[in-house]
Amino acid sequence: MSTESQTFTEKYDLLGCIQCGRCTGGCPVTVRADLNVRRFVYDAYYEEKLDELARLAEIWDCTACHTCAVRCPKGLKPLEVLLGLRTMIIESGKVEPTVRDALQSVLLEGNPWEKSRAARSDWMEGLDVKIAEPGVPVENLFFVCCTIAYDPRVKSIARNIVGLLNKSGVDYAFLDESETCCGSEVFTLGEEGLFEMLVEDNTELLNEYTAKRLVCLSPHCFTTYKTRYPDLKAEVIHYTQLLVELLEEGKLNWKGDLQKTIVYHDPCYLGKQSNVYDEPRTLLKNIPGVKMVEFERSRERSLCCEGGGGKMWVESESKKERLAETRIKDAKALEADIVAVACPFCVLTLEDAMKSLGYEEEMRVAEIMELLGEFVEA
Amino acid sequence: MTDKPKVGVYVCHCGINISATVDVETVADYALKLPNVEVARTYSYMCSDPGQVLIKNDIKEHGLNRIIVASCSPRMHEPTFRKAIQEAGLNPYYLEMANIREQCSWVHEDMEEATAKSKKLVASAVAKVRLLEALESKEVDAEPAALIIGAGIAGIQAALDIADAGFKVFLVEKTPSVGGRMAQLDKTFPTLDCSACILTPKMVDCASHPNIELLSYSEVEEIGGYIGNFDVKVRKKARYVDFDKCTGCGDCAAECRVKDRFPSEFDQGMGKRSAIYLPFPQAVPAKYTIDPESCLYLTRGKCGKGPKCQEVCKAEAINFEQEDEIVEFKVGAVIVATGFDPFDASRKPEYGYNDYPNVITGMEMERLVSASGPTGGKVKVFNGEEEIEPKEVAFIKCVGSRDASVGNEYCSRVCCMYVAKQAHLIRDKIPDANIRVYYIDVRAFGKGFEEFYDRVRRENVRYIRGNPSEIFKRGNKLVVKVEDTLTATPLEDEVDLVVLGVGLEPRADMREIMDLLRLSQSPDRFFLEAHPKLRPVDTATEGVFLAGCCQGPKDIPDTVAQAKGAASSAMIPLARGKVMISAQVAEVDEATCRGCGFCVNICPYTAIELVKINRFGHEVEVARVNEALCKGCGSCSAGCLSDSIQPKSFRDRQILPQIAALGVLK
Ligand SMILES: Cc1cc2nc3c(=O)[nH]c(=O)nc-3n(C[C@H](O)[C@H](O)[C@H](O)COP(=O)(O)OP(=O)(O)OC[C@H]3O[C@@H](n4cnc5c(N)ncnc54)[C@H](O)[C@@H]3O)c2cc1C
Ligand code: SF4
Ligand code: SF4
Ligand code: SF4
Ligand code: SF4
Ligand code: SF4
Repeated sequence: MSTESQTFTEKYDLLGCIQCGRCTGGCPVTVRADLNVRRFVYDAYYEEKLDELARLAEIWDCTACHTCAVRCPKGLKPLEVLLGLRTMIIESGKVEPTVRDALQSVLLEGNPWEKSRAARSDWMEGLDVKIAEPGVPVENLFFVCCTIAYDPRVKSIARNIVGLLNKSGVDYAFLDESETCCGSEVFTLGEEGLFEMLVEDNTELLNEYTAKRLVCLSPHCFTTYKTRYPDLKAEVIHYTQLLVELLEEGKLNWKGDLQKTIVYHDPCYLGKQSNVYDEPRTLLKNIPGVKMVEFERSRERSLCCEGGGGKMWVESESKKERLAETRIKDAKALEADIVAVACPFCVLTLEDAMKSLGYEEEMRVAEIMELLGEFVEA
Repeated sequence: MTDKPKVGVYVCHCGINISATVDVETVADYALKLPNVEVARTYSYMCSDPGQVLIKNDIKEHGLNRIIVASCSPRMHEPTFRKAIQEAGLNPYYLEMANIREQCSWVHEDMEEATAKSKKLVASAVAKVRLLEALESKEVDAEPAALIIGAGIAGIQAALDIADAGFKVFLVEKTPSVGGRMAQLDKTFPTLDCSACILTPKMVDCASHPNIELLSYSEVEEIGGYIGNFDVKVRKKARYVDFDKCTGCGDCAAECRVKDRFPSEFDQGMGKRSAIYLPFPQAVPAKYTIDPESCLYLTRGKCGKGPKCQEVCKAEAINFEQEDEIVEFKVGAVIVATGFDPFDASRKPEYGYNDYPNVITGMEMERLVSASGPTGGKVKVFNGEEEIEPKEVAFIKCVGSRDASVGNEYCSRVCCMYVAKQAHLIRDKIPDANIRVYYIDVRAFGKGFEEFYDRVRRENVRYIRGNPSEIFKRGNKLVVKVEDTLTATPLEDEVDLVVLGVGLEPRADMREIMDLLRLSQSPDRFFLEAHPKLRPVDTATEGVFLAGCCQGPKDIPDTVAQAKGAASSAMIPLARGKVMISAQVAEVDEATCRGCGFCVNICPYTAIELVKINRFGHEVEVARVNEALCKGCGSCSAGCLSDSIQPKSFRDRQILPQIAALGVLK
């Protein structure tokens, strides 16, 4: 957490950098934006330059994919320098209205989508959902995610898993409207103060439920809880990890038949950042009839879809091909019928790209849970 | 000692190391007032010759019989001062050192406080020195033989030196042949000597040397004892080939039913070998070995109508009845020369080493350019579609080194130069190739290295400053995703071949040796030397030395130099024929020992055993210390419930007053 007395150089360990360039070399957005994160690590050493650096438009091009941090040989997190500069902008108040509104909404309603807190569990409508109660021990406490809870396009992720859980008999519970944004995007937008508040409040809230595991539906919540919530008691897992357990215990009963070619896109927050590569593939492979193919750039080398890093609220100025479009074109070249993902943001960016490329007729972007909803008995 | 103690206290300035922070004169004045202190002086460097003479003269003039040197840690100079007082006729164990440098002047800033603390340390030493007893060091015979574990260039060189000096050497090598990694290299930087040409004669020498007993395809199973007297047990693994009968003709391998089916370890898996094999043509000993894991007969009990190798071997050397053999012997010293593992490139999945056949490691490159390698020295790679001669070649340095993301923070010291060497060799073989080397720094520190690097660049090898982040495929090209940091340009560089300049890692199986010899690791996980500067080939276990890359990455010149150093150190006890064993060992009071055996389990050096004695007509068990094994660590004493076992010079009655003296003073 930020300590007032720390200088920028100390906070981001700028002197640890050997200017090897692996961060920029691996940064996916360099092909379409001017961002050179290594230069920021170098230049931010000069306190008097910080204001000028913070005003550069490219600090908003970072998607927080964390490739730079994963690759850095010296343990730096180069992107956090950019986030630190974003913090300066946020604190100065000169921020885009879209960003301001999203942050305001998190503060007031507990989600960045400017939806009312009261509507947070509307997605449950018509479903038989077990609701968590403080102090009552539960094996798997679910955390839905703001986007899944409110966005009609991805709501089915949560809805489908409920059916599956009820059928398999696992001990689970969901939170009611009290569920509040994990702060993943708040952090990457640079609103440090608000993020610290969320960490404090959510830790307190979630620790009240004596849960053994916190099961996240979105990789963004998953990685944020795992890496940025030091005092959380429950073990944090992604839903695909739980489902593979069920699969191995024979608790998923397949139905139907999907005679399609699927390519799986590794979300940065699930793969690169948390090393969950196999579980999503295992689930997909088990859908009857499916043929799996792989992107050239998969797993540790997966290409970012540009959905993270607050990019939902900041438009890129670049007119060059979006990475999501590159990804869809690659899928097309592989003759994939379905681009499967395990992240609500990836669904939104990739589907958007698919539509703008005009592949809607022959291709589908689907979250794994959407497919399982169709092919597992519930 | 019945004489009244007469103590001399010598306070050292250590140049200004001590005197800048500690008022040494005040400390000496104070010491003079302490009980039994006859003389107290200061001097600029006590350890110097005049400093020592000062002490010796005082001993003679003032009849001193106890000496305190208030200076540095005893680690370095306790032996110096012991020797000095012994020369003046005192028992060397009538010495106590007060460490007013490491424990005082180097760690404090305030002169007044540092001086006060120095006084305490001196008073405490005085309290103890009066109570010390005279001890006699003992000598035991040393076995005039050495064990060397590992027969790479380090082990080979050390073996030859020791054997040439006239001592017996047991050279134990795990694999079927000696030679180690150097045998796999093509040419060697910076002089481009052919590796095999300079190594093979040495390999042959160590097999034929009358003083060397080469135990290849063997492993050390047990080592007991201590410096001068190590008991060694070695397992000679069954080769299933009669060593004396095999002529090395190779008919067996040529006819083996699973001929050329298995990846050749020597060719880094790029070439193939049979189940019965010679690792490489120049292997020493030139004896074939059946790999029990790939031989049909040994894995399935059946090889056609009968083992083909047996059928074709005119020397009748194949013997499936052969069993492992245990060899036991005694040596006076041990050299560990077990070498390194090349970094496993699949641990950096972003480089696609497991996915792309044209992403290879430096070790593989050595085999690829070697005339004896799998392609006969032709640089050809499979790009996923076809076999090509690569025209666009990229080298990546620091793969698995200087990289906290894989837990290796050290520089591997050889990859800068072997990459330069390999770039040169490619230029030689493919004159029109575009060769680039992606680097972070170029470390060309050795003799002739910078000159070699200069030469290679001028051969049109482009050095681009930037460490690649990712490799993926586009069409039939590999795309290296990298930033040219000097122009701040992110690149997607399309090439035909990527050579990963993998670094050196500690061997994955090093723990076996660590456990056998009680060795430790430094933070880089290589074997820890006794002192990084002054005892670079010694270990904390007396009589055990290190040579070559097992102690840290190094090139061949440094490996050979270190091997020669280790050989000469190991020869000290062998040449003397005797080793001194410390007098400061634990002693059991057999009258009070209850024979509970508690200490037996505590002792980390297994120096204690229970023995039966006759106590007033009763047979009782008591602990007994093997003085040669005891290190005087005191663990037993701390554990003994009846205070019956105590290290000499560190008995309760000696150290308790010493501790008390620290507390009473202000
Ligand atoms: C790709 C590459 C290229 C290189 N090129 C050059 C060059 O051009 N010039 C240069 O100067 N240096 C070069 N080097 C460095 C050189 O390889 C080393 O300096 C040298 O091999 C070190 O020798 P060593 O004897 O210490 O270890 P090794 O060569 O590793 O030998 C160790 C031996 O010990 C054996 N062993 C291991 N454990 C046991 C055990 N428990 N019991 C019995 N035996 C055991 C092993 O089987 C092996 O035979 C290069 C290194 C690499 C990786
Ligand atoms: S990867 Fe790390 S060490 Fe290398 S330039 Fe970027 S921040 Fe610096
Ligand atoms: S997090 Fe991703 S997009 Fe941002 S600077 Fe790092 S590599 Fe580039
Ligand atoms: S027994 Fe058969 S498989 Fe085994 S080494 Fe002999 S010929 Fe080869
Ligand atoms: S020797 Fe060169 S290539 Fe090897 S780790 Fe050191 S700097 Fe990197
Ligand atoms: S002093 Fe240490 S080494 Fe000696 S017998 Fe006691 S425990 Fe063992």
